[in-house]
Amino acid sequence: MKLSAVLAAKGNRVFTIGPGSSIRDAIDTLAGNNIGALVVLGRAGEPVGLLSERDIIRAMASSPGAIQQTVADLMTSPVLTAAPDDDADSVLRTMTGRRFRHMPVVEGDSLVGMVTIGDLVKAQLTEFRGTVESLETRLLES
Amino acid sequence: MAASALAGTPENPLRVAIVGAGPAGFYAADHLLKQEDVVVSVDMFDRLLSPYGLVRHGVAPDHLKIKTVTKGFSQTAMHPRFRFFGNVDFGRDLTIDDLKGLYHQAVFCTGAQTDRRMGIPGEDLEGSHPATSFVAWYNGHPDYRDCRFDLSQESVAIVGVGNVAIDVARILCLSPEELRATDMPDYAVKALSKSRVRDVYLLGRRGPAQAAFTNPELKELGELADADVDIPHSEAELDPLSREELEASGDRMLARKVEMIREYASRAPGGKPRRLHLRFLVSPAELQDTGQGRVGGLRLVHNVLVRTASGALSAEATGESETIPAGLVFRSVGYRGVSLAGVPFNERWGVIANAGGRVLDAESELPVVGEYAAGWIKRGPSGVIGTNKPDALETVTAMLEDARAGLTWQPSSASPEAVTSLFADRCVDFTTFQDWCAIDAIELAEGERCGRPRVKCGSRDEMWRALGRVDGRAAR
Repeated sequence: MKLSAVLAAKGNRVFTIGPGSSIRDAIDTLAGNNIGALVVLGRAGEPVGLLSERDIIRAMASSPGAIQQTVADLMTSPVLTAAPDDDADSVLRTMTGRRFRHMPVVEGDSLVGMVTIGDLVKAQLTEFRGTVESLETRLLES
Repeated sequence: MAASALAGTPENPLRVAIVGAGPAGFYAADHLLKQEDVVVSVDMFDRLLSPYGLVRHGVAPDHLKIKTVTKGFSQTAMHPRFRFFGNVDFGRDLTIDDLKGLYHQAVFCTGAQTDRRMGIPGEDLEGSHPATSFVAWYNGHPDYRDCRFDLSQESVAIVGVGNVAIDVARILCLSPEELRATDMPDYAVKALSKSRVRDVYLLGRRGPAQAAFTNPELKELGELADADVDIPHSEAELDPLSREELEASGDRMLARKVEMIREYASRAPGGKPRRLHLRFLVSPAELQDTGQGRVGGLRLVHNVLVRTASGALSAEATGESETIPAGLVFRSVGYRGVSLAGVPFNERWGVIANAGGRVLDAESELPVVGEYAAGWIKRGPSGVIGTNKPDALETVTAMLEDARAGLTWQPSSASPEAVTSLFADRCVDFTTFQDWCAIDAIELAEGERCGRPRVKCGSRDEMWRALGRVDGRAAR
């Protein structure tokens, strides 16, 4: 399965933020939309970083004043991106191995989606359930 | 809205329209009718006279066991709150506005009806076809009966190594006896029995470890009565990146597939009349013209695999190329859904715009009340038939959640008779599930008479004649 199949049933919306925005704004966007990460976009709309709730928590734990900082101060950069044609299994392995939970998906220069580790696990589960369903049907009907 | 006004009671069932009678439509119907919390009545529409979509017109005609899934679908169709309306074309006979006036919710299950193009020179030469047209033709899809494929050609190339490509390659290699054991219509059996095809090339962009076909499909290729499998040794061996990935995955099925490919590559030719060449790490660059506007060959570029930033393996051209003879080319490089009038469409992914099955407004990205999607038109063409069951369950769960919250259309005439009166007014001659059962019995009886599992009716006219009726629209 390709990442495009995971993104197709997710809608087009990806939550983004500028590097100069405040951490306060980032927290509001994360909480308001019940999400775990924001893609940080540069001037030309290219992903320049990723800001996750984990980045914020880590910074706040060492310095409560981190809330005064900007997105650029706390974001993970450079950001690792995937392409829509990439195999979901390989990307899942990369994310598990390197402990990422979010991967922006880019086509050419434009951001076209974001997959989370939850999306990939769910897609894999659906695929496995489907295979089991098909095998069971064949066994029962033959 | 007051709870008492909510649809979903025996007196006021939740009326649901399902557009498309393939596996996703039937699984959605089954989920809706099996749960007991909300009383649902289902009307299913299809533009063909027969139900079952790709199970009838896509699954290979020699894979009869896979088609037994329709036994479960026919049980769903027998449910007292289920009705099938065949020969109803959404957008022409029935519009989204009609549905809003007649139902509380609609779920679109129209599949991925068109193929992706390769985007290379010569793609439109005579003799170059989408693989899906050939599949639909040999499976008796009434819209494809008049397609012509030049089976007098000796060399055929199929671009892609997904399950459609594998099916096409295998069907082209079947012996007359194997063809008669299928449920193809007679015209296809006759044409394929006379075929002069000798060499069939299956072309994969990446290596053996990335091929989408399954192990049983690969095993079948090695057991064909009339065709030897040929795989170049160099292409059967895994490159270092794929080997590393295979070891990291611990995937035993994949290891078995790779081993089977190596075994095929080491086989000596068995002297069978046909050869099935399985090629890896090649991409078509150009279809070559014979000089008369038809395809005569295919220029292939060789690829190597490179690791992308995300860890996936992607094909990259090496600069080396070769030409293979091909008088007939079938492309099978991906599929897309077709947009439906009045339903938001996501052009990028070729699906109805949706999140988890809830249709999304193109501008606001917010759910559109009453509209849902399931199957390939929701997630794109991936998975096996059974994948549509959990997929449809996700959509149905959203539908029931919304229905309980009163988030449905408010139909002005939700009686079961309203839709049949509408069709009477519009002179739409629809088939019922009972009509389909009659056609099914006739096809099976014809099969028995000819010593075959089934002989499909190959056209709409044949089906109407089998029912002792005529299509009013055609007669007018």
